Amino acid sequence: MQKAITSNRIGTMLAAAAMSVAAVAATGAQAKDAIKIAVPAFLSGGAAGPFGVPARNGAEIVIDAINKGTLPAPYNTKGFAGATASVDFIDESGGSTKQVAEYRNLVQKRGMDVVIGYISSGSCVALAPVIEELKTLTVLATCGTPRIFEDHSWKYTFRTMGHATSDNVAAALYVASDLPDVNTYTGINQNYAWGQDSWRDFDLTMQQVKPSSKASDKLQFPKIFAGQYGTEISALSLDKSDLVHSSFWGGDLEAFIFQGAARGLYKKKKVVLTVGGTASYRLGKKMPDGVVLGARGPYGILVRDRKTALNEWFINTYKNRYGTYPSGPAYQYGQAVLATKIAFDKAAAAAGGYPTQDQVIDAFTGMEFESFSTTVKMALGKGHQAITENGYGITKYDSEEGEPGVTDVKFFPAECVMPPEGVSSVDWIKGGMKGAKC
Amino acid sequence: METLITIVLDGLQYSSYLFIVSVGLTVIFGVMKILNVTHASFFTWGAYTAAFFIGKFSEMGWPDAFGFVIIFASAAVVGLVLGLLIERGLLRHMYERDEVLIVLATFGLFLMLEDLILLVFGVNPYFAYQPMALLESVEVGGITRDVYGLTLIGLAALVALACWYGQNRTKWGKLLIAVIYDREMSEAMGINVTVVYVVTFVIGAVLGALGGAYIAPTVSVTPGFGVDVIVLSFAVVVIGGMGSIPGALIGSILVGLLRALAVHKLPEIELFVVFAVMAIVLVFRPEGLFAPAKPRKI
Repeated sequence: MQKAITSNRIGTMLAAAAMSVAAVAATGAQAKDAIKIAVPAFLSGGAAGPFGVPARNGAEIVIDAINKGTLPAPYNTKGFAGATASVDFIDESGGSTKQVAEYRNLVQKRGMDVVIGYISSGSCVALAPVIEELKTLTVLATCGTPRIFEDHSWKYTFRTMGHATSDNVAAALYVASDLPDVNTYTGINQNYAWGQDSWRDFDLTMQQVKPSSKASDKLQFPKIFAGQYGTEISALSLDKSDLVHSSFWGGDLEAFIFQGAARGLYKKKKVVLTVGGTASYRLGKKMPDGVVLGARGPYGILVRDRKTALNEWFINTYKNRYGTYPSGPAYQYGQAVLATKIAFDKAAAAAGGYPTQDQVIDAFTGMEFESFSTTVKMALGKGHQAITENGYGITKYDSEEGEPGVTDVKFFPAECVMPPEGVSSVDWIKGGMKGAKC
Repeated sequence: METLITIVLDGLQYSSYLFIVSVGLTVIFGVMKILNVTHASFFTWGAYTAAFFIGKFSEMGWPDAFGFVIIFASAAVVGLVLGLLIERGLLRHMYERDEVLIVLATFGLFLMLEDLILLVFGVNPYFAYQPMALLESVEVGGITRDVYGLTLIGLAALVALACWYGQNRTKWGKLLIAVIYDREMSEAMGINVTVVYVVTFVIGAVLGALGGAYIAPTVSVTPGFGVDVIVLSFAVVVIGGMGSIPGALIGSILVGLLRALAVHKLPEIELFVVFAVMAIVLVFRPEGLFAPAKPRKI
């Protein structure tokens, strides 16, 4: 009797254990009510106003709309694969060492399911190996360095906008096609990877698209956050070059615009500001007319007149909530959040329930989708790096509307301004931009 | 010739900017023997206060020229309030402590004041372009120069003159020199050293704030923008000799002119040149070019 009872108990325990194992195995396909998303962006320091705050706001309106299911079709389903997102906005300032520590904290202690953001290339380069180590889906939103996916392959890391090469290739193409009188050029760029790489790509492309043009031998690379550019502006004014290229951003960009305008630089020279779009709404009437303005892709002021349902929704929702038009970083963060939702929903549809992280990554890899202002293709970095079109326009303040504007806007296709898969940006440009579909 | 005129003017303009900030730093060190890291906070708070009120008064329709009143008022108020608070609230309790401890205390306070800026003014940059726009531009040496930038040279000359006159032609200056040479002996002779310390610290703070307030119309005033300036100011003070007002002047001119020369002729060494000068001076004159003579106590 005792033996029979024991056998029954053992059978019951085995059955319970088997059911538990089955339940655990099935968890991946069960519905999930909530996911935790961290959104790092500069919320203090010089980059907060022009970059971090609009980036945060762009992410916020898209996450709120996803949670409520109020995004325009076809994205009007609720949540990320049905799960409502709770979001923590994190300050990116403090340097890459701090960001690595903060990322570990976010994933290991605070249990974030997804991290979406990062503006600084320094943050992105430092974090990529840590992301792989901690195996958490991370979507880079704005950082520009091409090195992330050109030097390595990553499983858990995605970037949903084009990298810096496209900004500078597009700038050179615009100069060559729309400013035929420009034959000589110089540059003022911050003295770190971003500034050096931006100048290199612009210069190399100019040599390809307009071989008769010549770069100045006196290039300015002031220290980042120097703030005072009076001497550099004098040197640029005395330089015989027709055009000045700059990838300045943040407070440096705004100081350079103020100081250059007071010194007549923008009347004397053609000036290309590859990140100028971040300053246009903030400076308003103080932004000089005639500047060749980029927005690091088809975002912000360059796409204000695009009449698609998604773009109009984004502009109106942002403007109603924050009282200003969305600039580039707002679009870029909104786009990264949207891409994440699409990947979750796609993976859920394929899995027939709430997807595992690996299923989301599979869905994300190589994905193509319509974002708020453009088509995004995850075409490089083995499907982890996006390509998009890129464009430039000429600043012209609209006195009737009382707001900044751009004229002569021209966009170059994604395959025209980004290298093909497996080719580094520098090799591609130096090799004559083979395969570019302009 | 055009290039030479431009280099000299650029150099003098940058020197003026450096001098206005660094003279306060060197005055405080000379009298109180304090390497005051919160000097960067005086600069930043001066800039924020000026930019904030210039913007506000401009919105209210006040004339742009009123911006100049705001600049000097901001420097005076920030210097007076922060200077008094820091000297009376913190430093007076530390005068007998090791100098390194005082540096660390001022560094801690600097970090706190930087965070306080975020709480008071937020993270968005401030623009106060009205005074610069008011003065427009002129052609000098073949290029356009903003008159506001040139007035910086005049302001620095006035500050230098005022410092020289105050130190050498007034009773207060004589007291100051006495305290610089020997604090204990000055006290024994009846000088109220506490008052000398308070006044000196407030003057230094006002000068630091004036540097920030005057530069505010030419920049985007952002959190943390005072840090780089203060690093350069330390270099200037070390070159000129810590505690020497003529040293700060010569150090500023040296750094400003050499930097301008580098930017125009060899931009690659622009960052290097300032600290190269400092290193060379330290090798041959570790006490700086114009360090005040130290009496030997028996």
